[in-house]
Amino acid sequence: MNKEQVIQWLQNFAAEIEQNKEYLTELDAAIGDADHGINMDRGFKKVASQLSSVADKDISTILKTVSMTLISTVGGASGPLYGTFFLRASTAVTGKEELATEDLLKLLQAGLEGVVQRGKAHLGDKTMIDVLLPVVDSFQQSVDNNKNILETMQQVVLVAEQAMKETILMLAKKGRASYLGDRSIGHQDPGATSTYLMLKSLLATLEN
Amino acid sequence: MKKLINQPDSFVRESLAGMAAAHSSLLKVNFDPTFVYRADAPVTGKVAIISGGGSGHEPMHAGFVGMGMLDAACPGEVFTSPTPDQMLAAAKQVDGGAGVLYIVKNYSGDVMNFEMATELARVEDIRVLNVLIDDDVAVQDSLYTQGRRGVGTTVLAEKICGAAAADGYNLPQVADFCRRVNLNGRSMGMALTSCTVPTKGSPTFSLGDREMEIGIGIHGEPGRERMSLKSVDEITEILALSIINDRPYSRTVREWDETQEEWVDVELVNSEFKSGDRVLAFVNGMGGTPLSELYIVYRKLAEICQKQGLQIVRNLIGNYITSLEMQGCSITLLKVDDEMLRLWDTPVKTASLCW
Repeated sequence: MNKEQVIQWLQNFAAEIEQNKEYLTELDAAIGDADHGINMDRGFKKVASQLSSVADKDISTILKTVSMTLISTVGGASGPLYGTFFLRASTAVTGKEELATEDLLKLLQAGLEGVVQRGKAHLGDKTMIDVLLPVVDSFQQSVDNNKNILETMQQVVLVAEQAMKETILMLAKKGRASYLGDRSIGHQDPGATSTYLMLKSLLATLEN
Repeated sequence: MKKLINQPDSFVRESLAGMAAAHSSLLKVNFDPTFVYRADAPVTGKVAIISGGGSGHEPMHAGFVGMGMLDAACPGEVFTSPTPDQMLAAAKQVDGGAGVLYIVKNYSGDVMNFEMATELARVEDIRVLNVLIDDDVAVQDSLYTQGRRGVGTTVLAEKICGAAAADGYNLPQVADFCRRVNLNGRSMGMALTSCTVPTKGSPTFSLGDREMEIGIGIHGEPGRERMSLKSVDEITEILALSIINDRPYSRTVREWDETQEEWVDVELVNSEFKSGDRVLAFVNGMGGTPLSELYIVYRKLAEICQKQGLQIVRNLIGNYITSLEMQGCSITLLKVDDEMLRLWDTPVKTASLCW
């Protein structure tokens, strides 16, 4: 994956968020406070507008710029969580101009670790971690089986979609959804959904 | 949606610009990053108190910036916590050399963003401590939830700690005091209607004509149950008794340890109310309920407190921590001691609290 593709991925993700802004907000209205789509769109619009200015930088710098932009424009819980994801992801690929499959694995692993530390959530709490964790596991298996990057991401997105849907049956233990108790069951988690969209846009980039 | 706003996206900015124009002798507003600060900041040698959170809870927090209360407030988008760069910029603006206390409500977004701001401030050699407010008894435990939300006690903590800072308390003393106020304050709220977030444009949740939600937070998020509408006296009894009968609540909070220069987990427990306690009674409107109705609530609350042997020594009634135009109210009882009472009574001059 070269850095043009990284930029393309982030642009695709920004477009995906814009398209799904209302859908994410509806999901959030059901169990949170109805701002996930709006907040993510505010952040990624800003990210998209800044990508051209860092297009000639290495991948780590590009991801760090994404992180800083998200941290300073999104707010709420998704600002620090996505901001920390991209910050850690950037430090995992320092100086890289191109990402091998193993590098992308490291990027996702580091991002996941950052989100876990910042949000203090566990598997099954009905958060973005419920998508990220099985995704990293699936990615690791593909790497162990010497799959190429496209095959790997195709499998990862299937896993992510399944994991996202599994949050419907979960009882929320973090964030505002946790106050709903049993009433949070039956609703898909908005953070898990935007995480799925992030991976789906990565696959779309590789497929083109 | 019918609201007095031009564009949903300009709601926060235009509201703050109006506030700055209306109260130019008390406060100033900085845009990009956004924060409100007292006009004479920094006050040399005084601990600076900063709070913040999503907009839509006015007058909290910006309405409490001024003499004897907050040095700065960081407003986020509606119901969305502000970002760390706002909090850091505010700290730089108002730090008078004695350090900064961040008063943070226990919501995941606020907690994470203020933690990041604390780390950033430390890197820039600004002495910062933060204290969480988690007083909402509607949330029963912290093992399976984010923990108790920060609601009504936030206003009382901001006034009392603002007075302590003005009185010359140092940073650890103000932080300890803030923790003590939090551990002695408890709240419970209810809603009759939903509010409408401008950018979304439709009500966040729907309640039938004969329904109400008991145990809400300040965004209408539920805590206990939805039930059929009851009389004000019955509602007041449900809210007041939930607070008075609440058992000691223990939780683990993450606080910055100045000696170890890192985050540490601190176990905190509050004690229950007992007959003979002196209390400050705070009846708060959620934005869409008239003051006359809040006084009906207070009338019943005073009767309940008397029956329970709680002596109301101070009160506060009005819309101070709201949820846009939501109808409903919350009750906060704060067990007070002489020191808290003295500091509560000291003069305060802000846009929305003044004596």
